[in-house]
Amino acid sequence: MSMRAPPRKGENFELAADLNSEYKEKRKDAIKRVIANMTVQKDVSGLFPDVLKNMQTDDLEQKKLVYLYLMNYAKTQPELVILAVNTFVKDTDDPNPLVRALAIRTMGCLRAEKIIDYLCDPLQKCLKDDNPYVRKTAALCVAKLYDLKPELVIENGFLEQLRDMIADSNPMVVANTVEALSDIHIAAVASGATKDTFVVTTDIVNKLLVALNECSEWGRVAILNALSRYTAEDAGESEHICERVVPQFQHANASVVLTAIKVIMIHMRGINSESLTKTLIRKMAPPLVTLLSNPPEVQWVALRNINLLLQKRPDILTNEMRVFFCKYNDPLYVKVEKLDIMVRLATEHNVDPLLSELKEYAQEVDVDFVRRSIKAIGQTAIKIDEAAERCVNVLLELIGTRVSYVVQEAVVVMKDIFRKYPSTYEGVIPTLCANLDELDEPEAKASLIWIIGEYAKKIDNADELLGIFVDTFTEESYPVQLQTLTAVVKLYLQKPESSQGLVQKVLNTATKDCDSPDVRDRAYIYWRLLSTDPGAAKAVVLAVRPPITLPRTTVSPALLEELLGEIPLLASVYHKPAETFVGRGRIGADSMQRKGTDLADDRLATQKALQTVAAGQQAENLLDFDDDVPNDGQPSGLAATTVLASTPAAANLLAGTSSNPLDDLVSIFGSASLGATSSPAPANPMGGFGFGTSPLAPAPAVTPVLSPQPPAQPQAQSGQDDLLGLF
Amino acid sequence: MISAFFIFNQKGEVLISRLYRTDLKRSIADVFRIQVVSNSDVRSPIITLGSTSFFHVRINNLYIVAVTKCNANAALVFEFCYRFISIAKSYFGKVDEEAVKNNFVLIYELIDEIIDFGYPQNSETDTLKTYITTESIVSANIAAEESSKITTQATGSTNWRRGDVKYKKNEAFVDVVETVNLSMSAKGTVLRADVDGHILMRAYLSGTPECKFGLNDKLVIDKNERGGGDAVELDDCRFHQCVRLDEFDSTRTISFVPPDGEFELMRYRSTSNVKLPLRVIPTVNEIGTSAVSYAITVKTNFNNKLSATNVVVRIPTPLNTTNVDCKVPIGKAKYVPAENVVVWKIPRIQGGQEVTFQGHASLTSTTNRQVWARPPIDVDFQVLMFTSSGLIVRFLKVFEKSNYHSVKWVRYLTKASGSYQIRPYENRRST
Repeated sequence: MSMRAPPRKGENFELAADLNSEYKEKRKDAIKRVIANMTVQKDVSGLFPDVLKNMQTDDLEQKKLVYLYLMNYAKTQPELVILAVNTFVKDTDDPNPLVRALAIRTMGCLRAEKIIDYLCDPLQKCLKDDNPYVRKTAALCVAKLYDLKPELVIENGFLEQLRDMIADSNPMVVANTVEALSDIHIAAVASGATKDTFVVTTDIVNKLLVALNECSEWGRVAILNALSRYTAEDAGESEHICERVVPQFQHANASVVLTAIKVIMIHMRGINSESLTKTLIRKMAPPLVTLLSNPPEVQWVALRNINLLLQKRPDILTNEMRVFFCKYNDPLYVKVEKLDIMVRLATEHNVDPLLSELKEYAQEVDVDFVRRSIKAIGQTAIKIDEAAERCVNVLLELIGTRVSYVVQEAVVVMKDIFRKYPSTYEGVIPTLCANLDELDEPEAKASLIWIIGEYAKKIDNADELLGIFVDTFTEESYPVQLQTLTAVVKLYLQKPESSQGLVQKVLNTATKDCDSPDVRDRAYIYWRLLSTDPGAAKAVVLAVRPPITLPRTTVSPALLEELLGEIPLLASVYHKPAETFVGRGRIGADSMQRKGTDLADDRLATQKALQTVAAGQQAENLLDFDDDVPNDGQPSGLAATTVLASTPAAANLLAGTSSNPLDDLVSIFGSASLGATSSPAPANPMGGFGFGTSPLAPAPAVTPVLSPQPPAQPQAQSGQDDLLGLF
Repeated sequence: MISAFFIFNQKGEVLISRLYRTDLKRSIADVFRIQVVSNSDVRSPIITLGSTSFFHVRINNLYIVAVTKCNANAALVFEFCYRFISIAKSYFGKVDEEAVKNNFVLIYELIDEIIDFGYPQNSETDTLKTYITTESIVSANIAAEESSKITTQATGSTNWRRGDVKYKKNEAFVDVVETVNLSMSAKGTVLRADVDGHILMRAYLSGTPECKFGLNDKLVIDKNERGGGDAVELDDCRFHQCVRLDEFDSTRTISFVPPDGEFELMRYRSTSNVKLPLRVIPTVNEIGTSAVSYAITVKTNFNNKLSATNVVVRIPTPLNTTNVDCKVPIGKAKYVPAENVVVWKIPRIQGGQEVTFQGHASLTSTTNRQVWARPPIDVDFQVLMFTSSGLIVRFLKVFEKSNYHSVKWVRYLTKASGSYQIRPYENRRST
């Protein structure tokens, strides 16, 4: 902390004196100071007995402060908490409901094993209290107790009692009861229970639908969540639920709106009537758009979810593209999401305003945003055939600005456009080649080389241009080397007379002086192909590639369904299943602790073991972080090669590869899995090399030799190192 | 759900820390400080490290942070953070480091009341104020009966209102406040124009009044009357929780029992036929690399009985501007080097008026040319008794058992702040 604390003993000594003062005000003031110290993480646990003395008071505020202190230190001073139990139990009988509720709320938070047994009786009483405020507090207290000692909840029949409370006359009590049951359900599942502790039945659904319209906004979210867990018996019931939930779209709270949308998306699956589905979808659009007038953080959550919804129902926001135009002062994370959605909404009819917007964004200052805007132009071109030419013109204008990163990104994007519309925009090639000297990023270089190789026949000085890269071959990065290799071979197959020397030279350099096994292997393949059967070489290298398309979804259909059921939870924001970032598969810190104490008697050994485990876990967490970063920074774009991260390990590997131009460029064998077609990419890093559709693929001898992509690993490795260094 | 709630200051010091669940340790605060506060490049409001997710919202150099270890409801967590901010505002006026430090006891009391075991509870300011006050309550002093009333209200189906409100004079004030969002190209093409409307109500009504509220909503008027020429088309409405949503859904009537005092009754959005109160016509010429000349005309586009007040036009200038000569017919224009803008303040422009700013910016020649994004011109203003959407309050009916007479007042205001933008360049970086 910034202030240098006076000698600890002195201050605590002083506080202790004040806590025992005969003056009421002085005592209260001392408690406040104790709490202040607690907040800045100074150790005031030594004052426990002195603070405890101040618990019995008529002053509610003072009582709350003492309770706050107790909650903090009860765990470390369980013997002393016993002294407080009497007061707590007495308070649960207080005539004032606020005091009763406060006592039961705090007792649940103390979490000291020793007092748990004293909790059950008062809790039993409070669950049946006349006052709804006490009941709703007690309901949550059951969940707290379950978290601490599940057996007690079951033995005392609290679960049955909670189930009965769903029929409570007070909506707030119903909401908290549902919340408590869901919480217990999640905890039970996490600890391996097979039986469903909270079965949502038809009867419960009807009660929930009644409470829905009357309870507080947070309560509505709880109830809607419970509704989403219910499986309707028939179409009629699904319709009924949807009809009752739709009015929630008009609620001022964004979480109510989004959770209601989730319920509708889930129960819509059970509806047969086409027209009702249409109506529901139509009613969904305005509230979704309105979510954009929220604060940026909420907007971002909404945008991520809209992105998912659009993957399932591309027709939801058909005429609303303009509301997604970026505002100059939007935070970057909002802008990036908007870009993605704009491309999704792009059609032949609205492409003109979209393009002029994208062009505008491509001239802003933030490099990342500019690049994404240019990517979006490319995606638009690939998506809408009619607009491709306009997109190319915009790209040409942007190249004209000669801003280095703009030009490079535009070149990369042009490559994709050539893939989609082969031999259409050849007129652009001279302009691209004119910018050859300005390229310094591997991806841009590789893209241009690919273009030159592809159109070698029509570029008079192709051998000269490629010669430049062959001369500096060993200095280039591997993706550029691979691409140069392929391009030169393409050139040779089309114009053998002028490039004999060049191909010889590049094959020589690649096989002898190159330290990447990938590059060497590819060079050997070409060499053998060319020397044994030039006809086969032609068929393989110059094969017609299948055109690319924009994938409609960035996640697999099954995952999409799952994620739609998780709106607006973190999973739907990250577009990743919860298991990838919630420690269910892993061992939580708490269970670790329990395990630790069981295993070793020796305290020291326990300590040591825990430290090791903690360190190990941290390392694991950090690894995990590594796969979150690329996803935060560059949320799954459309044509950006996004991949389905099914396991953290695969995610790691793939996170490394997604920024790797190799994916886009490995086109030699006319493989089907190419850049922009990022339908669930195989978790195998060699996927990009697949021999796919090529009829002549002489695969067997070659495949096993290919090693996993080299750039991916160092990258993941170094990220890990950096992060570990932090701790 | 929410496992912990923190407030940090700008230096990353913990001002408030409250753990709601045991799956976290207090030291998790250090992780946030390292990963977010001391990280200059935070590109997402949610950071997930391992299985711990940090949600943060910034306000006046404070970080309001909620931490969770589960697959939490992201929208709910952010809504909650903002709700906390609005509660804090209404309790101690502003939310900054000083206010938090001075009121930390109260804040602890509040956050314990509004979250229990990580689940948000009652967060209606009006109700909270009845039992969490800045003066300490001595429980002996308030009769148990009174507390019962409070708790019933806090959990009741109209948890936003006490039953025993009494006023000598029953009044209701309705403020229709519209914020216009505009993005216009240099040619004058509207790229995007929409209205965010808020209807604020201050209700000083006795008993438990039942209110009905009527607007010139196109959907209602089309249904009931012929030729509702001045009806507005509302894209979407959102209501305070007191409004009965099911009734609105079936018949589009807005009926409710209002909270006592001030509250936001509804928000709406309109995108069709947006009337733009101010028209800005920019002419910007870059003269070589040494100067830029500006002629910015502002035209009012409404009845001459009305006027736009507090007009502030912010005209961006290149980063290497040394000085700007400004000539204005009214108001004051001044070059603010720190922000690279000329700020032109006009206290009042009458309807139908037209004023032009003439300026000449001199630039230095710089060695390293920083990229200038050429931001849009931004205009702030207020126009009283004018709505951009054309929305009109048609009636507000109050029904109460005692059948008292009530007086209603309606006010309209259209404003813009930070979102009325005109792009000054046809094509940026055309040179």
